[in-house]
Amino acid sequence: MSPIPTNTTLLREILTAFIRNEVHKTGLTRAVIGLSGGVDSALSAMLAAEALGQKNVLGILMPYKSSNPDSQAHAELVAQKCGIETRLVEITPQIDAYFAKFADADARRRGNKMARERMTVLYDHSARWNALVLGTSNKTELLLGYGTIYGDMASAINPLGDLYKTQVWALAAAIGVPPAVVQKEPSADLWTGQTDEGEMGFSYREVDPLLYRMVDQRYTRPELIAAGFSERFVDDVALRIMNSQFKRRLPVIAKVSQRTIDRDFRYSRDWGK
Amino acid sequence: MNPKLGDLQANLALYEAKIRQGIENRAELLLFPELSLTGYFLRDTVPSVALTLNSAEMTTLKKLSRDLPFVAGLVEESADHRFFNAAVYFEAGEIRHVHRKVYLPTYGMFDEQRYFARGDRVRAFDSKFGRMMLLICEDLWHPSTIYLAALDGALAVICPSASPLRGVVDGQVQDDNARYWEMINRAYAETYSLFMLYANRSGFEDGVGFWGGSEIIDPFGQRVAKAKYYDEDFIIAEVALEAVRRKRTMAPLLRDEDMDMTINELMRIRERPAATKLVQKLKSSRVQSLRKPKRK
Repeated sequence: MSPIPTNTTLLREILTAFIRNEVHKTGLTRAVIGLSGGVDSALSAMLAAEALGQKNVLGILMPYKSSNPDSQAHAELVAQKCGIETRLVEITPQIDAYFAKFADADARRRGNKMARERMTVLYDHSARWNALVLGTSNKTELLLGYGTIYGDMASAINPLGDLYKTQVWALAAAIGVPPAVVQKEPSADLWTGQTDEGEMGFSYREVDPLLYRMVDQRYTRPELIAAGFSERFVDDVALRIMNSQFKRRLPVIAKVSQRTIDRDFRYSRDWGK
Repeated sequence: MNPKLGDLQANLALYEAKIRQGIENRAELLLFPELSLTGYFLRDTVPSVALTLNSAEMTTLKKLSRDLPFVAGLVEESADHRFFNAAVYFEAGEIRHVHRKVYLPTYGMFDEQRYFARGDRVRAFDSKFGRMMLLICEDLWHPSTIYLAALDGALAVICPSASPLRGVVDGQVQDDNARYWEMINRAYAETYSLFMLYANRSGFEDGVGFWGGSEIIDPFGQRVAKAKYYDEDFIIAEVALEAVRRKRTMAPLLRDEDMDMTINELMRIRERPAATKLVQKLKSSRVQSLRKPKRK
């Protein structure tokens, strides 16, 4: 099977042009980004620093008390590498205050709450600093729904949303994201020992070639199976994509008028920009 | 060029600035990209930026062409209120030719037929430089249009375009859509022994980038000028139309073109008996089944 194309030189050129264009046309010059210590936010930050200038990008570190200490160290390493300022905003007090009232909450609820707490911190800083929130969700997690709606999936512009995780790795390595960040095992770090691949039940290197053929190349189910993917894997991934569609859309609006937002009131987001 | 989406006045100012730049650089003809007076992903703003041929904005554009002829990309509104994705050639203070885009892509990322009416003619026209043809972007992806351009006597085909970058593949300096355009521009120029003048825009709209890379290809398939990819640029080049004569002297393919044969074969294909009968059969069976519902 042919690999997913990863022309890092061209991707770098296009994605920095994207960030520059989409930020500047709003009348702003700056971006804020949540630095988790992972490869996605590292790549977003590196691209933003290159596109907007180091002084125009602010990295925000938002650890919770149970976060892996490596995460913060890696986030600082990334900030240093791309020469951007950082701010530390611990989210432990507000998370603990909330869950003191809901002590029975499971890890998933706690994790989602943390992701949404981080989102509110980023949006507050975007207002405070006149900056756009830069997204870090890649195409693999967007398609599989492996993210928190209105949490880490929220942003103003997202340079990585059309890159599979394996493409993120390749581009990150090519533009100089520290190897420790590129090579470590992906984790949302919402609870101790959590890993993306452990939670999903398959690896990015397994699922990306499947998604690429299914989504980009429009292979049918029989064609995917003939290409060597197991029926169970194909069906599992297809179901995940379908069941997470709600995360990739605006809330559903009940139509009563002649012209309903997004259905027959259709404008580009860059309207007038 | 990177226009503001849906902001006619801002883009008119851009046009004026570019025309001034053209005059300063002693250009004799200036090409703007497709819908560059309005932006591309207009959606429901189409009626708000549409211009009738006698509008005040058109008068402004006409005046601007007194010193430098140019091709504009805009939304034209007809008297019966249809909106066309149009390219307009202005010369000496007048509108000399309007081309309404015929092939409106409505698939994948495109939705043009939802917002625009479809043009119904492809015709060459005479300019002070010689006979030319205007075709807009997707029009050129249908080879009948370039064939008609050549047979209608065009020495140069001008193509304003708003072509989005897509398909990042390995081993290329440009995306795959740009590669395809460059291939057909060159093939058309060489095949039909004419100049291809291709003006594409840059910038992003809702995350979709336009790949820039405007170019001029001569009848020998040689690239006379090339703009930057993925960024704004302003390129000027000498278009020596006598190259068309040289090329056509060496390779008189158009002289030998058998238009009657093509027309006869097209008419045969259009009237293909088998296809016609099949369509009739389908139509009548549907009518019958509606008239005589089966009863249990």
